[in-house]
Amino acid sequence: MSTVDPAIVTAPGHGHADDHGHGHEHHGSFWTTYVFSTDHKMIGKQFLITTLLMLMVGGALALGVRWQLAFRWEAMPIFGQLFPAQGGQISPEFYTMLVTMHASVMIFLVIIPILAGAFGNFLIPLMIGADDMAFPILNMLSYWFMWPAIFCFGAAFFSAGHGAAGGWTSYPLLSALQEAAPGSGMAQTWWLFGLTFVGFSSMMGSINYMTTIINMRAPGMTLFRMPLTIWSMFITAILQSFALPVLTAAGFMLVSDRMLGTCFFIPSGVVVNDTNPTVGGGQPLLWQHLFWFYSHPAVYIMLLPAMGMVSDMLACMSRKPIFGYKPMVYSMAAIAGLGFIVWGHHMFTSGMNPALGMTFMVSTVMIALPSAVKVFNWIGTLWGGRLVFNTVMLNCIAFVSMFIVGGLSGIFMAAVPVDIYIHDTYFIVAHFHYVLFGATLFGCFGAIPFWFPKMYGRLMNEKLGKLHFILTFIGFNGTFFPMHLLGVSGMPRRYADPYLHPYLEHLLPMNQFMTCCAILMGFSQFILLFNFFYSRKFGPKCGRNPWNANGLEWSAPSPPGHGNFESVPNCFRGPYEYSDPNHSEDFWLQTDQPVKRGENPPPPAATH
Amino acid sequence: MFWPILACYACWIAPSMGWWFPFTGPTGMKAASPLGERIDDLFYMILYITTVTFVGTQVALGYVLFKGAAATDEGNTEKAWYSHGSHNLEVIWTIVPACVLLFIALYQMDVWAQFRIKDSFPSETKRGAIAEVTARQFEWRIRYPGLGPDGKPLPLMPKPQPTDLYTVNDLHVTVGTPVMIILETQDVQHSFFLPELRIKQDAVPGLDIPVWFEASKSGEYTLLCAELCGWGHYKMKARMVAETEDKYLEFLQSLTKSQNYDGVPETPAAEAPVATTAAE
Repeated sequence: MSTVDPAIVTAPGHGHADDHGHGHEHHGSFWTTYVFSTDHKMIGKQFLITTLLMLMVGGALALGVRWQLAFRWEAMPIFGQLFPAQGGQISPEFYTMLVTMHASVMIFLVIIPILAGAFGNFLIPLMIGADDMAFPILNMLSYWFMWPAIFCFGAAFFSAGHGAAGGWTSYPLLSALQEAAPGSGMAQTWWLFGLTFVGFSSMMGSINYMTTIINMRAPGMTLFRMPLTIWSMFITAILQSFALPVLTAAGFMLVSDRMLGTCFFIPSGVVVNDTNPTVGGGQPLLWQHLFWFYSHPAVYIMLLPAMGMVSDMLACMSRKPIFGYKPMVYSMAAIAGLGFIVWGHHMFTSGMNPALGMTFMVSTVMIALPSAVKVFNWIGTLWGGRLVFNTVMLNCIAFVSMFIVGGLSGIFMAAVPVDIYIHDTYFIVAHFHYVLFGATLFGCFGAIPFWFPKMYGRLMNEKLGKLHFILTFIGFNGTFFPMHLLGVSGMPRRYADPYLHPYLEHLLPMNQFMTCCAILMGFSQFILLFNFFYSRKFGPKCGRNPWNANGLEWSAPSPPGHGNFESVPNCFRGPYEYSDPNHSEDFWLQTDQPVKRGENPPPPAATH
Repeated sequence: MFWPILACYACWIAPSMGWWFPFTGPTGMKAASPLGERIDDLFYMILYITTVTFVGTQVALGYVLFKGAAATDEGNTEKAWYSHGSHNLEVIWTIVPACVLLFIALYQMDVWAQFRIKDSFPSETKRGAIAEVTARQFEWRIRYPGLGPDGKPLPLMPKPQPTDLYTVNDLHVTVGTPVMIILETQDVQHSFFLPELRIKQDAVPGLDIPVWFEASKSGEYTLLCAELCGWGHYKMKARMVAETEDKYLEFLQSLTKSQNYDGVPETPAAEAPVATTAAE
């Protein structure tokens, strides 16, 4: 792997020498500044704002699900006005659409784009000392492709059936045969097109990230001096590039089955809703293998960047080096590698060859090991630190704590015999919400105020940040912890009315409690949005390095201009040199010149 | 501190509130099948291991946070501990969890093999399936073999026979012995879920899947669908009745009778019409 040739100097950015190098303060029109911008920072911010809005859409869909489970068949207030045809009531087919689209929006339009598209884009060049991504135009296209994706998922809503209703997993034959469900008509096809566009966007991004990280690191930035955020983005990009083509191919095959009369997934002789028997020749299980071959690495795509970012934030807020930097890198690589050989654990009861159950059980149980190592190292990072308990830190601590819960609950479902019982129950729902929301999303809620000063040159409000944190934390645990108990009680997933079954009737009060917590949690997100948009314009201004952190990004202006750095940065040390006893400050920028023995150190490079 | 205490309290009262394994069936707090009991045992084993880990890590987290907060108290200007890690600790906390996890994985294989590997099925199931369960949107259709001249069930044939008996949403099996059904689906994927027995198997279009289970006690059990199959996924409510051999045969006989009923009222003195009907 070649590093940047030190003799080549990239053109100094034409960001001004002062700290107000606004990326958009050149005299361009709306089109050149925003739509056609190839600046990774602008694209990163565009991803961030888009995904935050999609978060609210996905959350609203979830509130619809929770409403039905708590107050079944009653008209939903506020949102009920959007579906007047049923008097504001959530019908059974609408319910299946809600669960499908909640998951689809959250996974494909929120979590994956916010981690890779927003934070990956914004941070990678800054943290490795590059002036932009390797392929800026490809980067711009990867954001553009989000909009057709949003349009396609949205178009599904307005198609017959009010949206795809086959679950985000979209198993054939429910998704393959148009007559199988009201939402299996054109809506499902729109859903598949949306999926394809999101896939292209991610693949373009992943190529960019891998190339940039391998080729464009600043002089002195060896691989093992990269912050863990960059390692995580790098490993995630590798996961994306290897796994996504499989999903895209599977999506094409399903569209082909639906529209071109092929039968990749359709066996013969199936009659649905009085149609003619299918011609057949295909296997429904094939979809499950192809889908989960991507979607299992996808869950690590949705976790690793947050892990990397939290590591950086924890080290900074503890004023301590990361405990076990190399083990952390190797653990992330192990999670990614093992992540490719565990997909069958989603299919233990599916009817696949039972011998595969054994092999997948072993690999799945082993993937808990690198995650455990990382948890221990995070605790080790906090151990003996001088902790700063601000919004960033609180969210990162919540990440670690909630990830412990989510990771441990995963062990139950890794055990095949136990999974026979808890598969497709709320136990699974609890597990993945603890890792996706409790871990990843809290990690994002910490990363936003941490890097907001770099993005906009202002600080977010601390009080609002803490209020948002505490309300979200309470609401989150109140909503999702009881789901473990619901799952053990045998409450299946995707049930519009579980109380039809006598053995589940007594779970109604618990579901009502969970819905109230969910409503609290949902509306608390408006605090974050308000904090974000208000602070963009009116937050207190800050300098280059408000957190006294070490990364290369903190030696650039806040916000950086085009080209990021006034001159090519040189990297002299690792990213976690906090509280070095031989150094006067408790942090040491990677770009600070090293000190010869006996000499006075040069003045600190970061001036305010 | 309030929230961990509340969570512990909720877990403590969970079984008495019914927030635990389903026990509305005849077997009370135990799973209603021997395999189910073994699954519950495995669940509890993992629960103990994960609870110890959970308490350990959360307490460690709390401790380092508490100490770290104290480090920034007034007047304390000591720098944080400048450590890049500990090789020994890394080795310990890699090897120990790896052993525990491998143990969990290997210990479970027996139960899985018993449930799904055909060679390991109980010998009683070698007699063949007692019923064919076909899932469809949105009900369970069950085909039993008819009764032979000796009053015992005929073998279940792969293709429907004129003597076959049908019910909807009503699966009867003999109690206390392993029984096997053939699981099929007419349209999309469904899943055969007996929560009280801890049995689940997806029904896949194009596949005929043998599923065996044993109900420990007589009674009525819940059967429902556990794979999204359309808008009516939630309402595929059915029951599985486990009963003694005699009651089971009585059930099949009453099915035979109602299936063969031709509207001709039985006259008390005539034996021949009954014999004719039975011979069909």
